Amino acid sequence: MRNRITKFGAVFSFFVLSADLFAQGSATGGSNALLYGLLLIVALLILAAVALIGDSMVTVKSKELGVERGSEKLSLFPSNEEMFAPKAEGAASGKKVFFLKKGFDIKLEGEASYDVDENLNVSTFALQPKNFIGMSPIPKVEVEVGQEVNAGDHILYDKKNPSVKYVAPVSGEVIAVNRAEKRSIAEVVILADKKMNFRKLPQFDFEKSSREELVNYMLDAGVWPHIKQRPYDIIADHTIEPKAIFVTTFDSAPLAPDQDIVVAGREDIFQIGLDVLNNLTSGKVHISIDAKDEDPSTAFMNANGVEIHYFHGQHPAGNVGVHIHHIDPISSGEKVWTLGVQDVITLGALFEEGVYDAQRVVVLTGAELKNPRYVTTYLGANIGDLIKNDLKNDHVRLISGDVLSGKTKTQEQFLDFYEDQITVVEEGDEYEPFGWLIPSSARPSISPTFISNLIGTTYRANTNTHGEKRAFVVTGQYEQVLPMDIYPQHLMKSILINDLERMEGLGIYELSEEDIAICEFTCTSKQPLQMILREGLEAMREQE
Amino acid sequence: MGLVDFLHKIEPDKKKSPFLHTLFDGFFTFAYAPNSVTRGGVHVRDGMDLKRLMIHVVLAMQLCYVFGSYNIGHQHYAALGMYESFLSGFHLKLFYGLIKIIPIFIVSNLVGLGIEFYYAARKGHAIEEGFLVSGALIPLIMPPDIPLWILALSVAFAVIIGKEAFGGTGMNILNIALLARVFVFFAYPTYISGDEVWISGIEKIDTSYIASENGWIFGVFDWIFSSFGWETFGAGGQAVVDGYTGATPLSLASKGGWEYVLTVYTPSQMWWGAIPGSIGEMPKLFIIFGALFLVMTKIASWRIMLSMFIGAAITALLMNVAGTTPFMQVPWYYQFYMGSFFFAMAFMATDPVTAASTDMGKWIYGFLIGMIGMIIRVLNPAYPEGWMLAILFMNVFAPLIDYYVLEANIKRRAKRVRSTIGVSTENILTESQSVH
Repeated sequence: MRNRITKFGAVFSFFVLSADLFAQGSATGGSNALLYGLLLIVALLILAAVALIGDSMVTVKSKELGVERGSEKLSLFPSNEEMFAPKAEGAASGKKVFFLKKGFDIKLEGEASYDVDENLNVSTFALQPKNFIGMSPIPKVEVEVGQEVNAGDHILYDKKNPSVKYVAPVSGEVIAVNRAEKRSIAEVVILADKKMNFRKLPQFDFEKSSREELVNYMLDAGVWPHIKQRPYDIIADHTIEPKAIFVTTFDSAPLAPDQDIVVAGREDIFQIGLDVLNNLTSGKVHISIDAKDEDPSTAFMNANGVEIHYFHGQHPAGNVGVHIHHIDPISSGEKVWTLGVQDVITLGALFEEGVYDAQRVVVLTGAELKNPRYVTTYLGANIGDLIKNDLKNDHVRLISGDVLSGKTKTQEQFLDFYEDQITVVEEGDEYEPFGWLIPSSARPSISPTFISNLIGTTYRANTNTHGEKRAFVVTGQYEQVLPMDIYPQHLMKSILINDLERMEGLGIYELSEEDIAICEFTCTSKQPLQMILREGLEAMREQE
Repeated sequence: MGLVDFLHKIEPDKKKSPFLHTLFDGFFTFAYAPNSVTRGGVHVRDGMDLKRLMIHVVLAMQLCYVFGSYNIGHQHYAALGMYESFLSGFHLKLFYGLIKIIPIFIVSNLVGLGIEFYYAARKGHAIEEGFLVSGALIPLIMPPDIPLWILALSVAFAVIIGKEAFGGTGMNILNIALLARVFVFFAYPTYISGDEVWISGIEKIDTSYIASENGWIFGVFDWIFSSFGWETFGAGGQAVVDGYTGATPLSLASKGGWEYVLTVYTPSQMWWGAIPGSIGEMPKLFIIFGALFLVMTKIASWRIMLSMFIGAAITALLMNVAGTTPFMQVPWYYQFYMGSFFFAMAFMATDPVTAASTDMGKWIYGFLIGMIGMIIRVLNPAYPEGWMLAILFMNVFAPLIDYYVLEANIKRRAKRVRSTIGVSTENILTESQSVH
């Protein structure tokens, strides 16, 4: 409707403006000017109406014939986007770009330098069942302490879902099965060999086999947990076929790794991974590229057999949830799968080399590190080993992931399954005299009441809450940073009162913790939005 | 950190004396931002918290306080026909105003915060900052001679019935400050309506300063002023100038339209605010400064302010077109010179808790306040000004507006489901057709 009104306005104003040329001749009309003017306006209205009806008929005809111009309907007039949308520069120039106006980049100190350290020595690695949402707390562990395993050997499986195998990221000796509260299994720790041994898998030609054979092969090889499913952000259900598969090739979270570096040298394998994904769905495989990136990796730009989309904006513009929302939103009952770049590479490596290759490029970031940089290691690396001799002081928090949705870890713990980033920030457990009024140090905020916000500095943030938890007071704050057609505050309230129907109506299926994290950061009332959202998602999942 | 350690040593026990503990906690968190760190969820939090947010609203109204205090004195002396130029008798006007406003400020905050502290202790949660703003707003919207017991009663009513009964800060449906005012308005109408109440000290004109409430203070200041050789308050008890009514521009306009207003006030006088009225509502320019400050710091919603202005302007324009009474003929732009439109727009309608909470809802909410407020002002003979009632009325309707905005969002989402199902069945049809 709005589109039609603007079209009409555009056409009408075009005629009115051009009418001035015709009016030159009859300018001597004198007292009848008003009558002529009115007649002219009526004539223009009729012309505009004719043009608009013609346009509608073209649209109808084009629909009948099945002719389409992109996702837009065929029309005589340029669409609003074509006329008013900003034009992208760099790699995305000339292509359709999703410009997201909402969002917020938290600029933190401690960005990694662009060289990859390949010689870092990490001795222990672990598989952590708690990384997989919805897994039963005590999965079946198939190995014993002291047993030697190859990379790719089955380590454990979920008793509720036994065909999905979770495998060893490295070869070596299983040295511990650590348990957490109520005997739940926290981690299976492997002391890695110096020289990696891989479980030999039969060669598999995914192009010639059926989808079922492909899925079974992937389940056995242990790559299945790398595929996540929305809604709920859980391990993909291997018994269904997803509507579409989404891969995001950039991460907009604070200090997040540059995926161009991650994929460098493995472009071919990435493409094989995409080809495999194409065999898993009859729908489309979408990859999204950062329109702000001047020179994205050729692996992304030249990806074959997939739909390429460009997104431009501040965090969470790089989140796959935002991409799904804009490309092909999830409705009730629909499922889509998502993967990260390194997960696609692991998938590609399986079919290229016949091994489970869990090598990871991990970025070590944060203002409290002496030498923030990229390192190569394997999935589930020990955090203490990763940051050995690299801490500026001990009063820090180690985070597996970014500062928004990562998890707090100790030196003895391990990098989470889906994470490729370590962030180290200062603990902020100190009282601050009149800190709410006169902050003693610059801190990130979306509020222009902080002067530092206006000049655009990078911050050495700490973990202080900067205030106490309160009821929801401020409105419109979450909407300001979430580039989705969702009202987060009302969704949160419907979760708190456990109104399932309203949760679904307000779009809970389209969100996961990482999407809402930026809203939680901005929250003046210091509400735990990610926790509330997960409660809502769990409540919805129980209904299925 | 020595002071923090000392303060922790004297911290009252939470179980033995909950009220003292709450009180201590309130003042301690005021003096020191707490040392709590994030757990689960995000690791870094925005520097903004509710205290900082509220204090910025209070900052935005400081010019109103300065001007309002002085204007109490100015109106008082203008009514007596003394020091008629705005800046003459500066110290007398200023101190006269301060003597009036400080007790009002103290009483409204003492009562409001006292109740807030009591409930915080009873419910066992920290003191919430909601009353910081309400307590600063209430003095500005009261007439200068409001009896303090009425003020105390109205604040107690607003905080207990309006807020605590609903669950405290963030839960209230009606604007607390306006609720306090509307309580006085309906319970004690003679103290807050009519022509005389807006000018301090002219009803009790036969009493001297000394005999009036807190009269001894005038004596103290006279002693100080005379030691400097300045003019003093004197004995007081002078009579009002002949023909002085104290009528506000709005009551003049309702009687005889804009021309009648101009016989008493000039437009610039109304714009700058040197007119009788509630304590802080008059200085239009200063209020606009405050409103711009709130908009630039993104604390108050510009959508509500703008749409309220548009709503009021359109309604006033329509009334110009109809033009059946003198008040309706007042040029629409001069409607903004009179009354408390800007104050209501900047500080009352934008209260995030009671306003609509969706962006679209804010447009509707503000627009309707502007419309209804102008209708009450011009068409209703009983109430001289409409913003208080219009805002309270729309406070009640804000959840309904939000409800429909959210329903639209839910429908959009539901429509998407139907359209995707539609497309897939279409595909199936064409496939089966091509088979044939």
